[in-house]
Amino acid sequence: MEISIDVLIFYLVSLVVVGSACIVAFSRNIVHSAFSLLGTFGGVAGLYVFLGADFVAAVQVLIYVGGILVLILFAVMLTHRISDIDITNRTVGRIPGLVAVAVFLGILVYAIGETDWVKVKEVAYAPTTATIGNLFLGDYLLPFQIAAVVLLVALIGAITLSRKEIKE
Amino acid sequence: MEFTVHDFIQGLLPEAMPAALGYTLAAILVAVVVLSAFVAPLAGVTSWLERRVWARMQSRVGPNRVGPQGLLQWLADGVKNIQKEDIIPASADRKLFLLAPYIVFSGFLGAFVVIPFGSWLIPADLNIGILYLLAITSLVVVGILMAGWSSNNKWSLLGGMRSAAQIVSYEIPAGLAVLTVIFLSGTLSMQGIIQAQGWAPWDWFIFYNPFTLVAFFMFFVAALAEGNRTPFDIPEAESELVAGYVTEYSGMRFLFFFFAEWGNLYVIGAISATLFLGGWQIPATVFGMTMADHPLLKGVLEFTVFFLKAYLWAFVAMWVRGTLPRVRVDQLMAMCWKYMVPIAFICLFGTILFLVIWPEGNRALTFATLAFSGLVMLYFVWRVVFQIMHSRPTLYFKPYV
Repeated sequence: MEISIDVLIFYLVSLVVVGSACIVAFSRNIVHSAFSLLGTFGGVAGLYVFLGADFVAAVQVLIYVGGILVLILFAVMLTHRISDIDITNRTVGRIPGLVAVAVFLGILVYAIGETDWVKVKEVAYAPTTATIGNLFLGDYLLPFQIAAVVLLVALIGAITLSRKEIKE
Repeated sequence: MEFTVHDFIQGLLPEAMPAALGYTLAAILVAVVVLSAFVAPLAGVTSWLERRVWARMQSRVGPNRVGPQGLLQWLADGVKNIQKEDIIPASADRKLFLLAPYIVFSGFLGAFVVIPFGSWLIPADLNIGILYLLAITSLVVVGILMAGWSSNNKWSLLGGMRSAAQIVSYEIPAGLAVLTVIFLSGTLSMQGIIQAQGWAPWDWFIFYNPFTLVAFFMFFVAALAEGNRTPFDIPEAESELVAGYVTEYSGMRFLFFFFAEWGNLYVIGAISATLFLGGWQIPATVFGMTMADHPLLKGVLEFTVFFLKAYLWAFVAMWVRGTLPRVRVDQLMAMCWKYMVPIAFICLFGTILFLVIWPEGNRALTFATLAFSGLVMLYFVWRVVFQIMHSRPTLYFKPYV
């Protein structure tokens, strides 16, 4: 069987994504779970590169690794009793978790079955930045603006919540 | 010359192996060579130079025993640290503790992929070059947090937290300053940004208009803060936190953190040179020689110009370190959010307005900005000369004490 090098790299990247996602889910140490997200986020950026989405890959690393992961780490590390190694990810119990997973799996399988998959054999490795910019400021201007307003509202909300009350 | 790199790589491989595997192996080999032959000496010599410069500023001698003027001190330090015992604290989180230095280091090393040393001397001219650079350096934050947490030491954790908060905050003014340049050049590619500038100072983006001049300093200050450099080195403030997130590290792992820090100094300079100072641009003719006819000389000159521009800012960072005291945590955050972010926004909108009014640029304003910067520099030189004349000149004119 012919195994080309990019297929090999693809499976390597996928292994990193799935492997670190497994650590995120199964690790009994919540900090290890949080750090494993690094592999998941980074690996997904690698998958974007395979799809020829260079801009999205860089933004994935910038936002998810540089922003969201750091935020999660902050939240986890500043949690009370973090030195207790007993904190696990399990809080709800097995039965509700199992039901949720089963429902979600059903939806995923249905969605995968229904989707008309385009073969990504002919990925064009061309610059995508300008196209994305033109679409954002052209066809998708309204969703783009609404997303911006939602983010602004979230920002103001966060400031309001975390602001120290000045008491007389 | 029919013999190409492709034939060369094919010749080395057994028949059955695909060429792509050969290229992958060759790429890994080149990466290793570049790492050991360029980045390591660069960070090493920078560490020696910083110690010497800093010593001169404090009227000390500095390392001057190993090699001429102590030039080989970094090699001695490296050999010494390899021999040291790799101590892992008993209560540390072993896996993360061992992994952290490599994450910090790969975040720093990844930056070298897009640094343009010459018109053809760049590992990969990515279409999204500067965005990739901002993204890959964010790995450093994760590594520092990992080091801080896994050491299981309150100083390490505090240092890691401070560092992460600082880097995440200062990414915003730095990003806004970078955005100012992207608006001017209309591209994210590092080579594209340099090609949008010229060899002469009045073609550089730093003097394009008064806003970009301010944006340059916003970027440089923010980059210093992101590199945990004095005056923003509160994550490793000796007087408060022992050594911050590196407190528990020893030997080569300790050195990896500082390897990244010193190498980062050059990366900061290189990005500044690329974005604002015209990068490797040289005149088309030098001393009557048309550069296009001498490709080798052209390459060497471009590399030299770029290297000197980048190293000048590394030197300024050393200078700042020797001059300014450390800021407090609250001052650091206030400076970022209350001053630098608004100023960077003003620079951004000012430049946009400028582009709307004068799409082709305004030569008069460019020269006025250049003249103003020149006057400031002249005043500065005059002050330095004044200080030297009124002090003990013998001390200053003997650099090799």
